[in-house]
Amino acid sequence: MSHSHIDVRYVANLARLELTDDEVATFQPQLEAILEHVEALSKLDVSGIEPTSYPAPVFDRMRDDTPHTSLAPEAVLQNAPDQAQGQIRVPKVVTDA
Amino acid sequence: MTISSLRTQLQSGETTPAALLKSLVGEIAAKDTGKTGAYLTHDLDAALAEAEAADLSLPLGGIPIAIKDNINVLGQPCSCGSKFLAENYTAPYNATVIEKLRAAGAIPFGRLNLDEFAMGSSCENSALQTTRNPHDHDRIPGGSSGGSAASVADSTAIAALGSDTGGSIRQPASHCGVVGLKPSYGRVSRFGLVAFASSLDQIGPLTRNVTDAALVLQAIAGYDPRDSTSLDTPVPDYSQHLNDGVAGMKLGVPKEYFENEGIDPAVKTLVQDAIRKLADQGAEIVDVSLPNTKHAVATYYIIAPAEASSNLSRFDGIRYGHRSEAADDILDLYKKSREEGFGPEVKRRIILGTYVLSSGYYDAYYGHAQKVRTLIRTDFENAFESVDAILSPVAPTPARRLGANAGDPLLEYLSDIFTISANLAGIPGISVPCGTTDSDNGSKLPVGLQILGPHLGEAKILQIAKAAES
Repeated sequence: MSHSHIDVRYVANLARLELTDDEVATFQPQLEAILEHVEALSKLDVSGIEPTSYPAPVFDRMRDDTPHTSLAPEAVLQNAPDQAQGQIRVPKVVTDA
Repeated sequence: MTISSLRTQLQSGETTPAALLKSLVGEIAAKDTGKTGAYLTHDLDAALAEAEAADLSLPLGGIPIAIKDNINVLGQPCSCGSKFLAENYTAPYNATVIEKLRAAGAIPFGRLNLDEFAMGSSCENSALQTTRNPHDHDRIPGGSSGGSAASVADSTAIAALGSDTGGSIRQPASHCGVVGLKPSYGRVSRFGLVAFASSLDQIGPLTRNVTDAALVLQAIAGYDPRDSTSLDTPVPDYSQHLNDGVAGMKLGVPKEYFENEGIDPAVKTLVQDAIRKLADQGAEIVDVSLPNTKHAVATYYIIAPAEASSNLSRFDGIRYGHRSEAADDILDLYKKSREEGFGPEVKRRIILGTYVLSSGYYDAYYGHAQKVRTLIRTDFENAFESVDAILSPVAPTPARRLGANAGDPLLEYLSDIFTISANLAGIPGISVPCGTTDSDNGSKLPVGLQILGPHLGEAKILQIAKAAES
């Protein structure tokens, strides 16, 4: 945590968010202020401390491996923005050869 | 109009579930629509059909319960306060808490406003509607479960479900003068709750009083194989010891929480009065120290956005919700759908979360924060070796004015200081009203006392809350 500079446009692209120029201009100082605040943590010595991923003692709890009913195809497709032939339709993913 | 009083009326035939639902619709029309704005939608016909089959002998038999709009109820909308899901999403299944409420006889009725994807402390981040504090319409109801708290405070709901990731049940309960309980991590199944930060989220009740909170928690608590973080631990009877009082209990007061410079003097006085009242009833009040509290906001605003950025990657415009019509190819479709569908706070947190998880920064931010989280958790474990529960304010100030923190997200985050530690530590917390303070325009603003207990200590904090309430 050495600096609070963040390339908002670059990170937004990693997150698959297209931002307007106005949004970048608004978020830039806001995010820098937040990062500056969280920077204080870097001064804490946490060597030898175990990280907490989950606050309760749950370790790889598996449900019983028994068959059960899943959502019907109609239920899965009911919210799809575009569908055809019982499938979700998306723009072409592969380019023409 | 509490659950217990209505149960008596329902069982004696003085009222019916259908009459109850119709009277709520009347209240919503009179006080909520275009006014308080807690409800996004409600479906009377569907609820009336359920009411016909209501089994009044069950613990919540015939009682309508309103639902925060991020919990799935089959056939109903679940907008999460977002444009992304408002236009093109109907829940295809029931959350486990909904199945459990119905198994206890309750009727899920109405969808309540929230900050978009539960990110916020004011309800102002809802992309769909403004919700106002019923005690002062110029002020926020709190958030993110602002609609849940406002509806219960306004008598447009009898009880409601909310979700709490950093205080989202307790803070609005405090601002609206109702009871709000965040259960321990693992106590209530999150299956069917739209995930925000998976190591922090819990569902819990917002109610008129402590007795009702115990009744609703009883119905929704317990193991669920569909949530791998749900604990397979017996659920105690939460009503059994409610009236046992606090005599002989040791209650800790963390000095760090009262030395906070942002705390409003009126809040401090009301909470200290509430603590004195518990001492008068025989509780021993002792000082405890939670030295890592000062790191809680920074820790939380690394961990919560990190997990949110991962959870919200599912909103890609492919399978449900908003899809951009302006996209050229698949990558463009993801980026434009998300750009058009999400509001500013959600975008900020996704960017922040993506940044702290990105290559080269992961250990310095997320990994480091997880270790500080251990320090915060250990503070509580140490404190609970010598006390039964910890008492504190819920929020540093009463409900602020709408729009007051606009454009300054950090200022807004800092107000979460008293509630987020409980989520980081996974422990239960309850907000119980402890008085009101006069605002400058003559309204009376409620203030809540927060009671935090050890992991799975819900029965104990309910018992203390009951004593604080009486």
